[in-house]
Amino acid sequence: MKNRLKVLRAERDWTQADLASALDVSRQTVNAIENGKYDPSLPLAFKIARLFEKQIEEIFNDEE
Amino acid sequence: MNSNTGKSGDWEKRTRNKTVTLAIWTTLWVLSVALATYGHELFWGSNDLINVPVILLNFGIGIGMIIANIKHLREMDEMVQKIQLEAMGVSLGMAVVGGVSYTMLDATNVIPFDAEISGLIVLIALSYFISLLINLRRYK
Repeated sequence: MKNRLKVLRAERDWTQADLASALDVSRQTVNAIENGKYDPSLPLAFKIARLFEKQIEEIFNDEE
Repeated sequence: MNSNTGKSGDWEKRTRNKTVTLAIWTTLWVLSVALATYGHELFWGSNDLINVPVILLNFGIGIGMIIANIKHLREMDEMVQKIQLEAMGVSLGMAVVGGVSYTMLDATNVIPFDAEISGLIVLIALSYFISLLINLRRYK
């Protein structure tokens, strides 16, 4: 699943550690999500969407 | 589903605290194993008035270590929980499959020594760590 997490994070000038701290996950998890290696659970996806004040589908895209 | 519900920023501190707690319980358990094993061999011999309480103490500390491990796992984030779950699945499978094979090797006298539990513990530990390293690399 593709996502715009890296772009959204860069727009806010946040580091992976900043985002990880805001989401209560490890920096490795943020890195894995950004690189498409790990797809977050629905609760974590909602948390990410709330943090960036966007709809989930504006961040995540299940098209290959 | 991840059960992390605290304020942002607290999570790292909570995880660190749970890791330290688990390390303390694990150290106590290892010390209690050493006490039960070497105490019996070097000091009090077959005195069951000492052996039984020491083994019960070891068992009790072991239960505490298991509970600390569960709390530690619950504090981890969802990806790390997934990695741990897969590593534990592999090590449990290796324990059952490897344990039965190891016992059969002993029962059929293929190996010239008795199948000891320590061999199985080494197999479980190795399969757990190898699986953990592979999974950590996979999500890197």
